[in-house]
Amino acid sequence: MGNNKLTHLKELEAEAIYVLREVAAQFERPVLLFSGGKDSIVLVHLSLKAFYPARIPFPLLHIDTGHNFPETLEFRDRLAETVNARLLVGSVQESIDKGRAVEEKGINASRNVLQTVTLLDAIEQNKFDAAIGGARRDEEKARAKERFFSHRDEFGQWDPKNQRPELWYMFNGKKRMGEHFRVFPISNWTEMDVWQYILAENIDLPSIYFTHERDVFYRDGVWLAAAPFMEMKPSEKIEFRRVRCRTVGDISCTGLTLSFADSVEDIIQEIAATRVTERGGRYDDKRSEAAMEDRKKEGYF
Amino acid sequence: MEQTFSSKAYLDMELLRFTTAGSVDDGKSTLIGRLLYDSKSIFEDQLDAVKRASIQKGSEHLNLALFTDGLRAEREQGITIDVAYRYFATPLRKFIIADTPGHIQYTRNMVTGASTANAAIVLIDARNGVIEQTHRHAFLASLLGIPHIIVCINKMDLMEYRQDIYQSILDEFQLFANQVFPEQDMRFIPISALHGDNVVKPSVNMPWYSGGTLLHHLETIPISQDHDLVHPRFPVQYVIRPESDEFHDYRGYAGRVAGGFFHPGDKVMVLPSRIETEITSVDTLTGPLTEAHPPMSVTLTLKDDVDLSRGDMIVGVDDIPAESCDISAMICWMNPKPMQLHGRYALKNTTRDVKCLIQDIDYVLNISTLEQITGATVVKMNDIARVQLRTTKPLFCDPYTTNRITGSIILIDEASNETVAAGMIV
Ligand SMILES: Nc1nc2c(ncn2[C@@H]2O[C@H](COP(=O)(O)OP(=O)(O)O)[C@@H](O)[C@H]2O)c(=O)[nH]1
Repeated sequence: MGNNKLTHLKELEAEAIYVLREVAAQFERPVLLFSGGKDSIVLVHLSLKAFYPARIPFPLLHIDTGHNFPETLEFRDRLAETVNARLLVGSVQESIDKGRAVEEKGINASRNVLQTVTLLDAIEQNKFDAAIGGARRDEEKARAKERFFSHRDEFGQWDPKNQRPELWYMFNGKKRMGEHFRVFPISNWTEMDVWQYILAENIDLPSIYFTHERDVFYRDGVWLAAAPFMEMKPSEKIEFRRVRCRTVGDISCTGLTLSFADSVEDIIQEIAATRVTERGGRYDDKRSEAAMEDRKKEGYF
Repeated sequence: MEQTFSSKAYLDMELLRFTTAGSVDDGKSTLIGRLLYDSKSIFEDQLDAVKRASIQKGSEHLNLALFTDGLRAEREQGITIDVAYRYFATPLRKFIIADTPGHIQYTRNMVTGASTANAAIVLIDARNGVIEQTHRHAFLASLLGIPHIIVCINKMDLMEYRQDIYQSILDEFQLFANQVFPEQDMRFIPISALHGDNVVKPSVNMPWYSGGTLLHHLETIPISQDHDLVHPRFPVQYVIRPESDEFHDYRGYAGRVAGGFFHPGDKVMVLPSRIETEITSVDTLTGPLTEAHPPMSVTLTLKDDVDLSRGDMIVGVDDIPAESCDISAMICWMNPKPMQLHGRYALKNTTRDVKCLIQDIDYVLNISTLEQITGATVVKMNDIARVQLRTTKPLFCDPYTTNRITGSIILIDEASNETVAAGMIV
């Protein structure tokens, strides 16, 4: 009998691949939600592994707020081409122009919440029945109870009190017309697991994850990137600093870290020493303690 | 930076999944908070939030239970209502905690959390000793085939850390365990979750105990034997057909190994056709492997062109599972709408989807007294029952005690699409 030890990362990888294959087997029109962030990049990598030597059997969908770092968009297009995947883009600007979504006003305005409208519209228009996301249970309290297969009603809503029990590894993807699932293959990964995996697998990332110089300003304990659409208070002033993104999302809510880390190894050392959670630097979660839970119920990622 | 973090060590860690069971107020949330806090798995912003909330609620000290506080509904009701997953790591292992509420009607949560666990922590309040709920929790953990049970006798500080108290609780529990699950691996630890005795740090208050802290046990319990390594089982999950020029005739069977070992050249049988063939390769993106074992996800190719699809199974040629439409199972009912005798449900077993009829309810179990109640025509939410099922197509299955993957089933109500039961094949 051979040695049957598997390291925890290998076991998490096997679990994620299993979940991705379940999606391909149980659903007719799955889609992978691609945010441009490291978690969704890891998902693409895992998808390659799950279906090798065939192509990834679902398209990538990016919900573009129109307020993205240009580096993210370039990276997105390049990745889709390299892995030979179909890329779809849902535009928040279009949702606003069509009157489907109303732009927030004021100092903390963000298009992050509006993504929900564009996402649900894209799901409905394309008749997607499963949307694969890179959310992890360690990210945030409300996510700790999320299932691998998370059922959404016909309005895209999540009902945390009425989730299907998830037993062993048998996922129940049965649904009625118009309903869909969100699927989270890396539910059990922590931020450190993701970074270690990126290191071990030598996965390419957008440059903004690494240290670079940029115009920034400080608000409520978080560094934010200065951009034409970012309204600033009179007391806030632009500074030129060495920073990197700890998560990558819409510019208006991506908190930056002052950092000199310019390799994955450096980032890992930095994270090991940091005592603040990844989402601690996300401006949108700070609005209220239960912010995430509310957005999730409405159909957010 | 204070110390250099070792990525090499990180890549060498094993994964342990455990679940916690205890009655309300036994100190489960405090214990998990203590494990996270003392193992330095709490981030500063989380700590600040809990400090603020502790002061707001008028606690004298840091309320460790708040670290595992989940959804808003629960915060408002002050109870935990669903399984929540927590993560922490030490240099030796990464841990996934399935935090399950202890309230009596939530048997279903405990079963959910227990289904994938390597170990269960059963909490006992030292002031109350072994109570009905303790039997319930230990029995469920054992029924769900959790290989290791750690009984923590908590709140020892309130009993002056007395050895005789601990010993009498241990004796009483042993008596019950010897009758019900004599084979079960069990360990006992006297702790104070509130003060931290024997959780991460050894207790100075209980010099009479030398059995190791809870964390020590979690870090050292042997887990590599928890899988079925004897019976080769490979449920086909998805068929990979690239239909590209390069892989024109490629046909691979993707899946996760559920039991035993698979190597290129192994003689195998495919079910249900019972055709014998041979494994050609064990494929992955990074190249072929010489061996696959649980719980690896791989793709197998076979020598002969056999017709295999999702729900079929590749097994060892001399070691095939039972193939039957008549299934006996212990089930835990999980839905407010009771199970009906002669009811019809969809059934999942590994990657196989069939339908089934409830032919017989042998008995409903009172899991506090273990009394078998016969003659039932319904099985209610949180009941455990032994039933006879008749499936529309045969299952390829092993007893749950042999293999937790091929031996487990779920039932789905086809009207609501809800998962209504978890079952263990006997
Ligand atoms: N004295 C003492 N109190 C404890 C201990 N563990 C928990 N408690 C208290 O018991 C109460 C219930 O604990 P909690 O963790 O919320 O219990 P749960 O309902 O099992 O999650 C709280 O007031 C805790 O502070 C302990 O070891 N010693």
